Amino acid sequence: MSHDHSLNPETMPQEPEKATLEGKNKFFGLWFFLGGETVLFASFFGTFLALRNSTANGPTGDEIFGLELVFIMTMLLLTSSLTSVYAMYHMKNNDFKKMQLWLAVTAFLGIGFLGCEIYEFYHYITDFGFTFRSSAFGSAFYTLVGFHGGHVVFGLSWLIALLVRNAKRGLNLYNAPKFNTFSLYWHFIDVVWVFIFTVVYLMGKVG
Amino acid sequence: MSTATAQKRGFGAVLWDYLTTVDHKKIAHLYLFGGGFFFILGGLEALLIRIQLIKPENDFLSAGLYNEMITMHGTTMIFLAAMPLLLALMNAIMPLQIGARDVAFPFLNALGFWLFMLGGLLLNLSWIMGDAPDSGWTAYTPLATESPGHGLDYYVLGLQISGAGTLMGGINFLATIVTMRAPGMTYMRMPLFTWTTFVTSTLILFAFPALTVGLFLLMFDRMFDSAFFDVTLGGNSIIWQHLFWIFGHPEVYILILPVFGIFSEVFATFSKKRLFGYTAMVFATMLIAFLGFMVWAHHMFTVGLGPVANSIFAVATMAIAVPTGIKIFNWLATMWGGNITVSTAMLYALGFIPSFTIGGMTGVMLASSVADYQYHDSYFVVAHFHYVIVGGTVFGILAGLHYWWPKMFGRVLNETLGKITFWLFFFGFHLTFFIQHFLGLMGMPRRYWVFLKDQDLDLGNLISSLGALLMGVGGILFLINIIYTAAKGEKASADPFDGRTLEWAVSSPPPYYNFKQLPLVRGLDSLWIEKREGNGKLKPAEPLGDVHMPNGSILPFIMSVGFTIAGVGFIYQPDNRTWLLAVFIGMGIALGSMLIRSLKDDHGYYISKEELEKEAD
Repeated sequence: MSHDHSLNPETMPQEPEKATLEGKNKFFGLWFFLGGETVLFASFFGTFLALRNSTANGPTGDEIFGLELVFIMTMLLLTSSLTSVYAMYHMKNNDFKKMQLWLAVTAFLGIGFLGCEIYEFYHYITDFGFTFRSSAFGSAFYTLVGFHGGHVVFGLSWLIALLVRNAKRGLNLYNAPKFNTFSLYWHFIDVVWVFIFTVVYLMGKVG
Repeated sequence: MSTATAQKRGFGAVLWDYLTTVDHKKIAHLYLFGGGFFFILGGLEALLIRIQLIKPENDFLSAGLYNEMITMHGTTMIFLAAMPLLLALMNAIMPLQIGARDVAFPFLNALGFWLFMLGGLLLNLSWIMGDAPDSGWTAYTPLATESPGHGLDYYVLGLQISGAGTLMGGINFLATIVTMRAPGMTYMRMPLFTWTTFVTSTLILFAFPALTVGLFLLMFDRMFDSAFFDVTLGGNSIIWQHLFWIFGHPEVYILILPVFGIFSEVFATFSKKRLFGYTAMVFATMLIAFLGFMVWAHHMFTVGLGPVANSIFAVATMAIAVPTGIKIFNWLATMWGGNITVSTAMLYALGFIPSFTIGGMTGVMLASSVADYQYHDSYFVVAHFHYVIVGGTVFGILAGLHYWWPKMFGRVLNETLGKITFWLFFFGFHLTFFIQHFLGLMGMPRRYWVFLKDQDLDLGNLISSLGALLMGVGGILFLINIIYTAAKGEKASADPFDGRTLEWAVSSPPPYYNFKQLPLVRGLDSLWIEKREGNGKLKPAEPLGDVHMPNGSILPFIMSVGFTIAGVGFIYQPDNRTWLLAVFIGMGIALGSMLIRSLKDDHGYYISKEELEKEAD
């Protein structure tokens, strides 16, 4: 058993994120957590589906949603998922610099997504008077999409804290699992968005 | 690390030790004391309810106070007593049963406990603030959204915080069982209590987020004027019922499956026989858990979901009787031909079988959606769920405590006192709840604070109340037993009951690192195999080496305090916006501690090989 967590290309294990018991625990723990998150979002989706036509004479989804902006947001978030895959690829090759680079790109894409979402909400509130309190549809919309946005905020804070903390440390068996769990979480947020895009926006326009 | 050395260290040191501990055995003690405290509280509330109902048109409690009493009794017993007491046993025993040195996330384990404890205290703070929740433990909307005062706000925030703690516990146990089983401990060699811990944790993982969402919606409606349950703005009250029961039905299996595991261990040990039908038991557990998610709408038969939905949920509910029946017969078959010792733990197990079977039978009656229109919201339902929760869960917890007390505290609970407690509690329980079936069938509705006289309900209620007092006496006797045992109890050997599983291979209480060398597991009932085929000692699976241990930390406590402060802020901010300050301060403390936890490296420490060699076996 080694007390030393530093890595070099010679001692690099195949999967640094799962090479230690702590790393394995984090990996499984995060997967289980995502299982719970799935139920959380499923419950929000169920609530939204039940209330999406309860507009109480307020604005409907068809009136307010603009697919152009949502399409851009989708592309930003999907791409950020891809870049986090690149980062993990470089982590497994023990290329710390490239991993940092791709994670930074991920963070910028995430911030871009968040900016669009804030603009979107602002636009609905000021131009349509469509708020959390307008109707049951409004409450359900802002809660579902807002909780997803909250997850993006949390993920970004997590990523930035990781990047800053490990900026000068290089990769080791202690922080490799941390980067990996972040990337898993980020994929999950992306998957949830795909469902939001379909259920909230596309079905709101077409359904 | 016995209690004797702890006493020498002075109160402050012990307190600090427990505030910062990440050791699963000490966290088990904390869960036991926390859960025990709330159990006493819930028990007192139950007694007050029964005193109110001892005679017709009683005015012992006012109608409003009575509503608060039933709400807090239910909420406290389910969330703050039964579940934490089960988590205490899981924490104390499961890592030992799989041959692990701790759980996967010791820090998270401590955080889970403190969130539960402070969430529970926050909920009960409502009593002191004179504003307890009063919409029933189910908090149906629109009653819950319209309930004046802050009672329901305490309900929402208290449960949200303690629920987050429970969810963490579930994830932690799942990861522990997946990654930390000792060499040779395959899934199908795990003791049944570990199996039920595993399956229960899955239930916690998939059930609690639905409650989280429900509580958020209720919180938003009450505090931020959203319209989820507000019909005038298109809201829908039934959403709450669905979300609550999607959580609530699996919750009852969260309460019962662990005690199925406890009883399986107790029956096998005290019958000196391998558990009959181990594989069937494991798969029955999984089947019950799976079906447990498919039946939530049987709580909503009278809502008007329509005959098709009602029929599907009725059939699914009845199907659960099959795996449960498999279990009952396997326990009976385990005892058949065994060399039975009737210890206190075994008495509870023996008392459980008929009691729980009655509860199961009324469960099948209630599952019939047509007949349910008659039973719904009557004392028949109250009788049913107390038969499964007291006759199942509480008996199971008491059996587990008598069985594992020596492993947790190093002393054996007094058997004579234990047996007297059992008989008082057993008779008290049946006296209280058996008659309630008939009260219900005669039309007595649940949750009413008075009943009229000369409607043939007087005698039944009197009997029920007397039974409750008897249960109360049993409870006090159990406390006396604990105190007596702590003072004068017989010191426990490593294996006082001639056990079969790994936890009996280490000393009582176990050393803080559990296993000096991880054991090699050669089959089901691994210790029993070594007793029969080896020298009674487990073979080590690794050479003696340094042992990695996690560092203690005060952060879980500080984080939980932060969330609780924020909770209080949320409760009072609709009155006065300056309370938002408490929200920001509280969240700042909590998130700040999370940041510290993330930024500060914590590699734990090592117990050196030399130190381990010095310790006696």
